[in-house]
Amino acid sequence: MAKRFNIRMAGVGGQGVVTGSHILSTAVINAGGESTIVPFYGSEKRMAPVESYVRVSDEPIYEIGEITFPHIIIIFHPQVITHGKSYTMPFYFGLKEDGVALINNDGPMKLHKDQARELEERRAKLYYLPATKISLEVAGMDLATNMALMGAIGCITGLTTLDSLGQAVKDRFLGKGFVVSGGTAALDSVVERKFKKKQELIEKNMAVIKAGWDYAAENGWDQPFKAAAKAEAAAAAAAKA
Amino acid sequence: MSEAEVKTNPQGDPVTSLEPEQKTNPQGDPITSVAVPKSDSDGKKDPHADAKKQKVVTPEYLFLDAPRTKEFITGSEAAKEAIRRSNVDMAIAYPITPQSETMQLVGVLYGEGYVKEYYRGEEEVGVMAAIAGGSRAGVRCFTATAGPGTLRGLEGIASWPGHRLPAVAMFTCRVVNAPLAIQPDNIEIAYLLNCGMIVFHAENQQDMYDFIMAGFIISEKNDVTLPVGVCCDGFFVTHARGYVRMQDKSMKLPPREAWRGAVPVLDAENPPARLSRDAPVQKSNFMAYNIHAVWQQEVWAAVERSRKYIEKYMGGLCTAENVEKADAVIIASGSAAAQSREAVRLCAEKGIKVGLIKVRSLRPFPTQELRKLCKDVKLIVVPEFNYVGWLAKEVAAAIYGHSKAKIIAGPHVYGGQSMPVELILDEVESGLTGKKSTNVPLSAIMGVDDPAAVAHFMRSI
Repeated sequence: MAKRFNIRMAGVGGQGVVTGSHILSTAVINAGGESTIVPFYGSEKRMAPVESYVRVSDEPIYEIGEITFPHIIIIFHPQVITHGKSYTMPFYFGLKEDGVALINNDGPMKLHKDQARELEERRAKLYYLPATKISLEVAGMDLATNMALMGAIGCITGLTTLDSLGQAVKDRFLGKGFVVSGGTAALDSVVERKFKKKQELIEKNMAVIKAGWDYAAENGWDQPFKAAAKAEAAAAAAAKA
Repeated sequence: MSEAEVKTNPQGDPVTSLEPEQKTNPQGDPITSVAVPKSDSDGKKDPHADAKKQKVVTPEYLFLDAPRTKEFITGSEAAKEAIRRSNVDMAIAYPITPQSETMQLVGVLYGEGYVKEYYRGEEEVGVMAAIAGGSRAGVRCFTATAGPGTLRGLEGIASWPGHRLPAVAMFTCRVVNAPLAIQPDNIEIAYLLNCGMIVFHAENQQDMYDFIMAGFIISEKNDVTLPVGVCCDGFFVTHARGYVRMQDKSMKLPPREAWRGAVPVLDAENPPARLSRDAPVQKSNFMAYNIHAVWQQEVWAAVERSRKYIEKYMGGLCTAENVEKADAVIIASGSAAAQSREAVRLCAEKGIKVGLIKVRSLRPFPTQELRKLCKDVKLIVVPEFNYVGWLAKEVAAAIYGHSKAKIIAGPHVYGGQSMPVELILDEVESGLTGKKSTNVPLSAIMGVDDPAAVAHFMRSI
């Protein structure tokens, strides 16, 4: 049976939502899986809503377009929730039962009681990752927030490895010349100037990815999917026997 | 160096690098100019060198036998690669918004010498008229448009089949109705279906590539001699990447041989005779009405005659997977077929066996194939990316009296929305259990044996 995650990422312009989704997607492909991405945004400006949809699987993916019913949502900025800076309202709309919401915030947020109840009803797991804080501490800047989140989601889903994520970061900054848009190209040059050297940039990004991954592992966020995979494998083995 | 002389970049920072500045376009890609071909004598590389080396191979070899390699490219790039290998004489562009990059990329092919003539029309009325002129003059023509551009050009497009003009036009469907949007919605195919042209609907980048190339050959067959429209759901296919298996670019299709065509080419040295006895053709003359009738009958007979070539070069008008012994069958075309593949997977996870019929050719329509495939089917679900459900109508009209299947005309998404796979799953489940559908009204569900319900269904979808 195909192992399939539909991931909806929501954030604001300048945070690297689309770049993050490319890195995760490339990392899953590097690790031998299949993945597609669909970015979705309006005007390219800082703090404007951005969504990106990533599908990852161990089988070919035919589906196209936006993801309405995700298994996982990643919220890059608390304002997506507090200010409604998103194409999807409320932020968890369509989240499947037993789904995961990975939220960039320094600790649990106080949600409206209706929203908290609805999330509870669909047994959503809320993981709060202080991604911006991690980025500032590890890389000395907030622009690697997306890397912390991608590290954490890699750990949570178990669909890629730290090495594959590292390769994806290298591909992004050194190799294939992938450029999302003019705005991103301009931002790239800012990032590069701040980091002086690309090598340093890659190392710092990797350090943030690892910090995000470790944070998720320390909090046991990888356990539910691991347990589900084990149960499925056991069921498959039992069915064979 | 005085202060005034310090060079700065657009951000205002001083430029210290000694490297020559690389010019880039707004997307950040380096600009590489497409220069006019130079003669070999000045020692520079001939930009047409690769195009000149291309070898003509038979369509049979190219489509069926030639080895292919897989690349991960966008639908627009797939169309470009198809044109590269199609020996196209003339491509005419009009950059309507929303569009795809296709005609821009075909312009690059012109720079490289793969396309002999290329220019930008004033708007779609002009482009479609020019395609008619090019095709009547005997050369292989290509254009692409989308959404509002298709409808603007439709006057010309609708006249192509009657003028028996072989050509390929690509339609990367977008919203055409108000409220205005630029997203994909394939309602415009409904307009193309009744022109008398051949219409294919591509599911993905691979289909775009294959259908365009096969389109030229089918279009130019003497017993066809009709334009071919290759449609896809714009953006989902044109702007997204997918795997495309392609033959080596050193090969190309044989050129159009207009001298052996069914209709004589326009000869500029000997002014052409008028096509019609009177202008306009129907004017107060019973014979002229007959001419129009015979002419249209012949156009649609030619559409029918294209079936054998679609089978030969494209492997059939439709494909069927797991239809036998299925609890339900999904019939879909274009992007809806891609979504349906995932719905089949989701249904399997729930223990429901669902078959999939993907319709590749809408004109001609696979009527006989569907009658045979759907003979014993109990439930048919027809998901579509438009409001009116043109495919469900085609399916219902084709199999009426040949199948007792319940037909659910839906789910539908429109205005460019993606179709959640879960909606298709819902329709399969409600169709099987009799539970009320959350997305499809009762009027869009054709019952089993109530003639009034059938009539209502055909009116309502």
